[in-house]
Parts: sequence; C-alpha cells; structure tokens
Amino acid sequence: MSTKPIAEAHLQPDSFEWTAESKATIEEIVAKYPAGRQASAVIPLLDLAQRQHDNWIPLKAMDTIAATLDMPRIRVMEVATFYTMFNLAPVGKWFLQACTTTPCWLRGSDDVMRCIKDKLGLSKNYTTTADGQFTLLEVECLGVCANAPVVQVNDDVYEDLDYELTAKLIDDLKAGKAPEVGSMLGRKGSMSKDGPTSLVSLKDSDGVPPWFAEKQASAGGDD
Amino acid sequence: MPKLTVDGIEVEVPQGATVLQACEAAGAEVPRFCFHDRLSVAGNCRMCLVEMEKAPKPIASCAFPAGDGMVIHTQSDVARKAQKGTMEFLLINHPLDCPICDQGGECDLQDQAMGYGYHSTRYDENKRAVTDKYMGPLVKTIMTRCIHCTRCVRFSTEIAGVTDMGMLNRGEDAEITTYLEKALDSELSANVIDLCPVGALTSKPYAFVARPWELKKTESVDVMDAVGSNIRVDARGAEVLRVLPRLHEDVNEEWISDKTRYACDGLKRQRLDRPYVRKDGKLQPASWPEAFAAVAGAMKGLKGDQMAAIAGDTVDAESMYALKRLMGDLGSANIDCRQDGAKIGGGARSGHLFNTTIAGIEEADAILLVGTNPRWEAALVNARIRKRWMAAPVAIGLIGAPVDLTYDYEHLGAGPKTLAEVADGSHAFAKVLKDAKRPMIVVGMGALTREDGAAVLAAARKIADDTGMVIAASKDDEGTEIPAWNGFNVLHTAASRVAGLDMGFLPGEGGRDVAGIVEGAKSGAVKLVYLLAADEVASEFGDAFVVYQGHHGDNGAHGADVILPGAAYTEKDGLYANTEGRIQMGVAATFPPGEAREDWKILRALSEAVGKTLPFTTLEDVRVALRKDFPTFAAIDTIEPAEWGPFGAAGATDDTPFAYPVDNFYMTDPISRASKTMAECTEAFVLPKRAGAATGTDG
Amino acid sequence: MLKDDDRIFTNLYGWFDPSLAGARKRGDWSNTKEILSMSPEDVVEVIKASGLRGRGGAGFPTGLKWSFMPKEVKDKPHYLVVNADESEPGTCKDREIMRHDPHKLIEGCVVGGYAMRAKAAYIYIRGEFYNEAVALQRAIDEAYDAGLIGKNACGSGYDFDVVLHRGAGAYICGEETALLESLEGKKGQPRLKPPFPAGVGLYGCPTTVNNVESIAVTPTIMRRGAEWFAAIGRPKNSGPKIFSISGHVNNPCNVEEELGIPLKELIEKHAGGVIGGWDNLLAVIPGGSSVPLMPKSTCDEILMDFDSLREVRSGLGTAAVIVMNKQTDVVKAIARLSAFYKHESCGQCTPCREGTGWMYRVMERMVRGEADVDEIDTLEEVTRQVEGHTICALGDAAAWPIQGLIRHFRPEMERRIAAHKAGEPVTATAQAAE
Repeated sequence: MSTKPIAEAHLQPDSFEWTAESKATIEEIVAKYPAGRQASAVIPLLDLAQRQHDNWIPLKAMDTIAATLDMPRIRVMEVATFYTMFNLAPVGKWFLQACTTTPCWLRGSDDVMRCIKDKLGLSKNYTTTADGQFTLLEVECLGVCANAPVVQVNDDVYEDLDYELTAKLIDDLKAGKAPEVGSMLGRKGSMSKDGPTSLVSLKDSDGVPPWFAEKQASAGGDD
Repeated sequence: MPKLTVDGIEVEVPQGATVLQACEAAGAEVPRFCFHDRLSVAGNCRMCLVEMEKAPKPIASCAFPAGDGMVIHTQSDVARKAQKGTMEFLLINHPLDCPICDQGGECDLQDQAMGYGYHSTRYDENKRAVTDKYMGPLVKTIMTRCIHCTRCVRFSTEIAGVTDMGMLNRGEDAEITTYLEKALDSELSANVIDLCPVGALTSKPYAFVARPWELKKTESVDVMDAVGSNIRVDARGAEVLRVLPRLHEDVNEEWISDKTRYACDGLKRQRLDRPYVRKDGKLQPASWPEAFAAVAGAMKGLKGDQMAAIAGDTVDAESMYALKRLMGDLGSANIDCRQDGAKIGGGARSGHLFNTTIAGIEEADAILLVGTNPRWEAALVNARIRKRWMAAPVAIGLIGAPVDLTYDYEHLGAGPKTLAEVADGSHAFAKVLKDAKRPMIVVGMGALTREDGAAVLAAARKIADDTGMVIAASKDDEGTEIPAWNGFNVLHTAASRVAGLDMGFLPGEGGRDVAGIVEGAKSGAVKLVYLLAADEVASEFGDAFVVYQGHHGDNGAHGADVILPGAAYTEKDGLYANTEGRIQMGVAATFPPGEAREDWKILRALSEAVGKTLPFTTLEDVRVALRKDFPTFAAIDTIEPAEWGPFGAAGATDDTPFAYPVDNFYMTDPISRASKTMAECTEAFVLPKRAGAATGTDG
Repeated sequence: MLKDDDRIFTNLYGWFDPSLAGARKRGDWSNTKEILSMSPEDVVEVIKASGLRGRGGAGFPTGLKWSFMPKEVKDKPHYLVVNADESEPGTCKDREIMRHDPHKLIEGCVVGGYAMRAKAAYIYIRGEFYNEAVALQRAIDEAYDAGLIGKNACGSGYDFDVVLHRGAGAYICGEETALLESLEGKKGQPRLKPPFPAGVGLYGCPTTVNNVESIAVTPTIMRRGAEWFAAIGRPKNSGPKIFSISGHVNNPCNVEEELGIPLKELIEKHAGGVIGGWDNLLAVIPGGSSVPLMPKSTCDEILMDFDSLREVRSGLGTAAVIVMNKQTDVVKAIARLSAFYKHESCGQCTPCREGTGWMYRVMERMVRGEADVDEIDTLEEVTRQVEGHTICALGDAAAWPIQGLIRHFRPEMERRIAAHKAGEPVTATAQAAE
C-alpha cells in the first residue's frame, strides 16, 4: 500500500496521440463543463487515455492531456498519482482489484486472496503473472458490501465470492470468457439470497406502489 | 471592523482580517508553518489551531476570518493541546537529524519544537524515508525532512509563475517534487529555500559550508541588476558565504533573484588583488606607487580632450563622482556611464527613471512593455508585474520579441514601427492605455541602446503624454485625494546607471560618448582611456593607454596597461540609485582581497599622483560633496517624484526589431561571469534553450 | 416494519425495468411540471417540513441545507452537486439507486436544483461504479430525449442540465469540498471552511452537495407530502431509509426500512439473523466504518436512527450495518479500518497524514499483542490528537472506530498483550465486550 509504480523509461512510449475516436469523445467531455473550466475534464481524459492505451497511462499521455486541457503538467501528474484507478505502468489483460476492507474481510476476502495467490501466484500489489494476463491490486472498499467479498476485474465487479468461486472466476478469465457480471452465486442485486424480505407485494405489479396506482386511477389514468 | 477578544485583550482588526492577524494584533504568538503572508492560505499544517469559544473544535487561525464578538484563546488547554499534538505529528516522521542539517539554527521546526514539542517521542514505529528529488543546481533536497506545508508549491505557482512543483501521491506517501524531477526553471527559484520552514529544501552551493551563528551578517544592497534588491551578506572571515534577501516592501519584498543570491561565489574567483603594469607587452605585478606612476606618466603631456573615462555597471556613486571630478580637473569632457550606448540622460530626470516605482506597478491598470524582457533584466520587477496580473485582470502589451514572462500579454509587434503606431494612436493598444486610469509604459534598454534610441525614447514620451500617463495629484468631487501618477518608466539593467545619469557622468560640452571614445582611441585622438570597472564595452581601444580600475580579471582588465585593483560591492560602503532613482546604501561585509582598495580611495590617491588632488580625505567628504552638487543623493531610500520635463529627441527610427539586452540572465557582470554556480545555471537553463531555439524544437 | 406502499425505491433489487418507461410506470416524472410550478421557497419548505435528514452520513436537515443557498441568482450560477462517491465501507445503497432506479435520482436533481435555483446538477459518481455510471448515463440521455431535463425541463420553463462525472478512486472525494476540488480537476483535497459551498462552491459559485439517496427521495416527498414522510419513523428521525447490512449475517442485503427500526429486527427480519444466532453477536458498526462500534449489549435494544445511535456514542452515518459475530477478530476488524483510513488520507493536513499512519501501525501491533498496556492509552490519546484537528472529517472518522474499540474491547486488547508478553500464542477467541 505504498505509492503506485510509474513505468520505467524503456517501457514509456515516445509519444502519445489521441485516436480520432478519442478526439471526438474529448469534445463531448469538455462540453460538459463551463467555458474555461476544462480542467474539470482531467479525470475523464486520464480515464480515456488509460482505455486507449492498454489500461495504463504513459507519461507522454499526461503531457498530451496537459496540452489538451491547457493546464500545467505537474497538475495532471498530481491527479494521476492521487487517484487509485489510474495505472502508470503496464498491467495485465485482467486487472484484478480485490477488496479486503473490513466488510469484505468479514465475509472471507482472505480466502479470495489466498485463491489468487494459489492460482496465479500473485500476492503483492501491481504484480503481474508471467504470461501478462493478470495483475493484482488489493483495493479499499468498492461499495458492494452487501455482496461481499468482491473482486473488480477491469470494469466489472464479481460478487459473493469464496475460494471456489474465485477459482472459477479465474479459470473462466483464463479461458477468455468473463462470467456474467455480478453475484457469482447468481443472486439478483443485493436482495437477501434466501429471497426478498421487502417489496414482495409489488412483485406482480411491476413495482408500481398502490398509492400511485390509486392516484393514477383517480386521475383517469392519463399521464 | 470586527472587534474580538484574544487572550482577554480586545482588538479591532480590518474587515477581512484573519483570526491569526487578530492574534498578532493582540500580541499573542501563534505558531505556524504553512502560513506565509505572501502566499495563498493553505491551512494544512494545523499548527496555528486556537480555541474559539462556542466552536465545537479548535480553528485554524490562519484561515478563519475574524468576526465581531469572537472570543479567542491561544494559550488555553484546548489550543495548547492542539498545537502540541500537531507538533508531535510533524516530528514523528521527521528525521531529527538537526546536527547534520543545514537548516539547523535557523529552522522553524527546530524553534517551534522548543516551544511546543514534547521532551521525548512516543512514536515507536519505523520512520518514513522519502527519496530526494533533483531540483536543479541551486536547490538541494532532503525530502525525508519535508513537512508538506506546500509553501514551495505555492511560491512557484503563485509568485514565480512557473507551475512545475506539486505534491504527488497522497496520504503519508505524499511527496513534493518538480515535474519529472526537472530543475525549477525560474529566476526566483531559490526563494523556496528561504520559504521552506524545515531543512527539506536547502541551498546546494552552500551545503555544509557554515553554521548560521558563525556568520557575520551585513545588511546591504545588490548590484546584479538595477532593482537594488535589499540583501543580507553573510560572511565568515574574508569570505562571503551567502547572500539572503532582506525585506523591502517597495523594492524586492522578501525575494531575491537567483543571480543576486548565488553570484557571490564569483567574488572568490579571478580577483584582481594587486596592481599590475604592462611592461614589455605583458602585465607585471607592481606596487601601488609604481602603478600610479605609470598612470601619471601616461597622462603627462596629454590635453584634457585626449583623455576619456567610462564607468561600469556596478560602480558605486562615490567613486563615479570622484572620477568625474578628477576628469573635470584634468580638463576632459569625455566621460560616459553608458557602456551599452543607451541614448538616455541629459534631459529631465523623469526621462531616465522608473517613475511609477516598483511598488506602484500594483496600481497600474494597463502596461506597455517596450524592448524589455523584465524577467531577465529585472526579475523582481517582473515578479511585481506578475503580482499585479494575479491580483486582477490587467492589459499588458509587449513590443519586442515574444518571451515567456510568466503572465499573459498581448504581443503587439517587434520594434519601432509598432511603437510609432501606438504613439500616433493608430494601434488599438493606444486606446487601451488611454482608457486606463493608471496606465504605464516600461522602456527597456533593448529599445534605447540603438542608433535611434533617442527617437524611440521620444516616441515613448509621446505615448505617455497622449495617453494620460502623467497625472498630477488632484481631488475628486468628494474631496478625496487622488495621488499623482507617472506611468513613464525606464527599466535599467545596470546598478550604477541611474546614479551616473543623476550626477551627469555623461559627455560634457564637446565631449565624447562611449562610441566617440572608442572611435577616438582607434583614430588616435584619444590617448588614454580610464575604465572604472567597465567590462562590458565590447571594443578595443586602439593604441590608447588603458587604465582599468576594478575587481575582476574580466574583459576590462585584459586589454589594460595598468590595473588598479578595486573592491567588489560586498567590500565597500557605497551609494547606489536603483532604476526608480531610489538611493540606497551598500555596506562592506568584508575587506577587499590582498592589496585591492576601495575605489574612491584609489581615485583619491591617483589624483594626488597626477597632481590634481581631490579634496576628500574620507568617504563622508565625498558624499558631502556629491550631495552638494546633486541633492538627489541626500535622500536615502525615499523617492521624490521627478518632474516631468523634456527628454528624448525627435528623429527617424528604423524598423529593426528591438533586441533584448540580456542574453543570459545568469551572467551579466564580472562577478556573475566568474561564478561557478552561475555557470551551472547557464548550463542547466540557458544552453538547452539556445540549443532548442537553434534546432527549432523548443522555444 | 415498513409497508411496501411506503417504500420509495420500489425497484431496489432491479426486478423491474429501470428505463424511463418503467420508471414512469412506477410514478417517477408523473407530475414534475406541477412541482416546478411551486415557488422554490415552497419546495424548500416541503422538504424542511418532511424532516428529511441527509442520507450521506452527517444527517444534516436537507431542506435547511437548501435554504442556505442565496435567494437570488446574481452574477454566478448556482449548482447542485450530487455526491455519488459511495465509498464508506459497509455502504452500498446508492449503487442500487443508480443502477436500478436512476430516474428517481435524476428527477430529484430537477426538484432539488429548482429549489436552489441551480443551473445544473453535477453527479459525481465513484469511478469504480463503471456499470452504474453507464446505467445512469443511459437514464440521463433518456431524460434529455424526453425533454425532462435540459432546456425547458418538463415543460416548466426551467432550464436545467444534469451532468455525470466519474471519479477515479479516492474515498476522500466523498467529503463534499474534496469532491468539488476533484470535480474541478484537482486532487481531492478538502477545502478549508469557511467559506462553505453554499457561498463558494463549485467553480467559486454557490453550491449544495447532497447525497444520492437524499436527492432521490425528494420527488416522492413532493408527491406524497411532507406529512407522509414525517409520519414514518420518529420525530426528527423521519422517513424510510435504505439500510446496507453486511458482515456476519446469514443474508447480507440492502433493504429500505423505517428509520428507528430496532437493529435486532432489522437484522433478523431482513438479513436472516446473525451467523450463529443473535447470542453469537459480538458487535455492530451501525453506520459505516466511520462510526464507533457497539457491543452486543447495546445492539439488543438500540433503534436505528440518528438520535438513538448518537445517544450511545455511535451514529447512524450512512445506515450501513456491519455485523461481527463472536468468531470475529475484532481488533483486526478495526485495524483493517485503520489501514483503510491511512490509505485514503489525502495527505494534506498534518494530523491526518501522520496520525492515520501512526494509529494504523499501533493497531497492527495490537492485533498481535505486540505492545505495552500503556500504549493503549497512548493510542487513545493519539486518536484524540487527530480528532477535531483536521481540515475535514476523515481525521475524526479514522479516530472514532479505534475509540469505540478501546471503549468496549479494552480487556481483549490487554489480554492479547499479556499473552504476547507471556510468550503464549495470541489468538482472537475470548473477546466479550464490556
């Protein structure tokens, strides 16, 4: 849990150019903020650069972003190093962000970590398997605590894990087929796995609450 | 005006004042690290926490606005506990390596730990270690000592205008650095050393050189440019070890340029420490009487107009005055203090001064820069313009080559043609100036050291007149006084120049200027040239006999027939007039090396040797005479507005773009040219840019 | 137990269509124009009267907060900023709103934005919620296409934009001024207060920052009336609220319940009970990681609302209930939170930057008993030295869990120290709270 690595010089590309697609996206992003406040787009652009560049941001991309947004390079770098989601060195195809904060830990994140170590040999942050497929990062709370423990793989969160389900997840990823996103137990959202304890009465009415149904009826059902 | 109570004392403070200011007004001492008067408020160190009654927790006094009826306690249990707690936190990861730290003895952390620290640590864990960062040839880093106050980051961003410092990462891993550990490319960079409240940023050239209590501290004035920065010269024995800024709100505030600070190692190199006389084509060591005899011999039989004198850029007023008197007594009108040939002087005094004053820049609401790159010619004037620009929008126009000035400006054009357009009102910027309430123009040496310099000066004067830059004091309808304003400014580069112009160290009736002297020397009309520390006259003097009086074996000494070793600015008492016309007093911090002597004394002794004894026996005698002849020298550190009068000369201008006078900020005079540190800075900052400009890859 | 009819988030579990069509069917956007025909002051009054308290942790009355905004738009526009940076360990409710009921949030932005005369709402969603951001953006696009937001929103004559902004991984951005800094393109370092965002907020303009849930419930309050909302729960603690229940329960879940529901009922009815039964309960963190834990003895009777939990020196926080049974190494559970706060400290101010690391390292030793007994007191003093001395509340949040641990589990900490000193293996078994 110390500072994130910055790729060594020989891994840094000599230049970074936005793709035509990125350029169009940048226009949309910058338009979201008031004129002169384009610096607001620095996080979105770092994210865009990361998506464009194999899930990590080279130094040259920071320069490009600084130029695109007319802001000092050091300010871009401050942002890039402050937020955990930006990778500044190459990562594997599958970037595993395993949550071990207390709610996940109480539900067995140790087992998840053990499985990752057993199956992939990864136990340290920002280490990558020899085949370049997997990189591990132990992260703090991902905000999915009622479905703990969880691992985020790139953009997708896999929930309700234990040792075996983590093993299955890894096997599936190795096989190149990411499982369906969400609970590995197959439960829907964050309702109780033994069946809902609330909202049951609305299940057959498409979630329309009686008060609204009545209101609709009395108003003649328009709108 | 809120009234509040601090430690039982009621104080009234201006609207917008902070609780910290209120505490100071009440005489209460509040510790602080991150807070600095001239920087934005960060409130991050939490050392200045005080108790405010009715607040649930202590407040950061540096950031909290003072309010009416507040009751503040700076010494209560709550306040003391908060302050001591912060101090303990600051120290847990601080290495406490004071015995080997250059900040030792002048360290805020050390001092405040005495008042607010515990006697021993309760922190038993491993301490954090932080890798040091490269920040260039001037700033040494020991980042483990850093307490993350961000003063350096705020200084570089806000004052220096070079946004290359920042704090990377977060939490306890947060680290201050420059972008990719590049040197901090600012002429003001080393001020971060003074600002750093701990030993994280220290002086690289001064590393492990001395302890503060070993040093003799002398308050003096800088001569590296015409700003007249107030400095403190710290010496041990005969050696100047460092130069630090001294507060002067109207001149340099509390900053100095890196050249002012670090050229001092040049005082130890290439010094002229004994007289020399050229014999058989070679300069040979000589005694003072031999040297004087050689000069007297050379003068023998010469008529006044066959002799000439040129004063250099860092000379004190007293020695210039003594030389002027001597040349007059010898019957020569061939004297000049304008080594660069600037077409200035002789007219109204206001025509060669920075009339607005440096502090006055903050009042300006439109600024036209003509043939000047103030960033390199007067870094602190530039910092003041930037301060003005930071405070509120201001229109700034530049005529000259585009340069990075650290603030936005409109590039109007390259030379006299554009200036003429502004002068005749056809350029849009003329209207900007006209519409402004306090417009100013700054004419640099790049506009004046040319054949058409006098005409350029006249054009600038016309702009000042036509756009209402010179305003007499008046009263508005309600009787409120509106102070006078003079927006016409000349930005000099030489520390001695204004004094020289003020005392008329200029060609007399039928006398020759620098170009005329050079020409006369080459043609044989001038047979003896006296160079008073004049090292920037880029020419030879033919067969003329050259006397060089100065302190460094620089350009002037090389072609000399007699060398009279003088004193550098740190080795003599002397008066200087800065570009504003402000008379300031330099004070000797050490003695001149070897047989070198104070310059006025040399001239006094020489005058005797040539039979024209000057009527001075003490420096005070020189000053009394100087003041009698030129009363402006009597008013130390006060600015008397100079009367607006005629200067410049009508004439044609040519279209050659203005060329800036300084091509390397770090080397502009014999001292900085001899400085190892300035050579390193040249290599780090100037040469790469030149190479870049040559290949066109980097401007 | 709250009736389904009084539940606001009827698609909490994502059973139904989250799109505009589905949302409309469930009542969203049904008479927004009518709401917008009220004066902004009147909207604020309704929210004030409902007793709604902020759902993001601090529990500040939402209507009152809105009323701090200037009454007129002068030279600077007003902004509503929605805090969707849900990162408080234990908390996972806003995620469900954004992916399953996004239109409640968007409509809430219109209502809240109108009440504070805002020009636009910026929704700052944590970067890790990628799929949630996709879902929310889809809903925003739908709302624009349907004319519900943008120029002449809902045909009301009111122009209002909703912009989604993704963060990039920093718990501190849930602090409202850090969030604003981040939104402006800087590191998420909290600002000094005063000035408060209502005066100087986003881009220096008057701004109110509200939690997702706080905003998302407002259209329903406007529709069903302040009285309806105020009648649920207890005075000053009114309304339904989503509880996130995690940790050692048989069925972790999110559930919308009445504020003031007994904790025991909440856990037993909705979360399938404590693993090993109620008597196997050791402690509960009732409001997200920042609030002190409560030992079982307190849990037996406690009601889940702001004031009840405050009385027992804990807090409702985000209503994220983290349950720990007797098999829990409670010292380690809290030490892990100390690691969290150390990792998430922004590093700006001294007590937090240095204190979180110090507390974490001592806590790590406490887990193993590698300490002296008097170090427990030192640790407690260090937490007091951090608490209340920092720029933002993260310092407090880092201090409180440890204070709670020492308050209730000091004998367990001492037992470990004694075991370690005696050379015995340090285990996490006997650890009943005081």
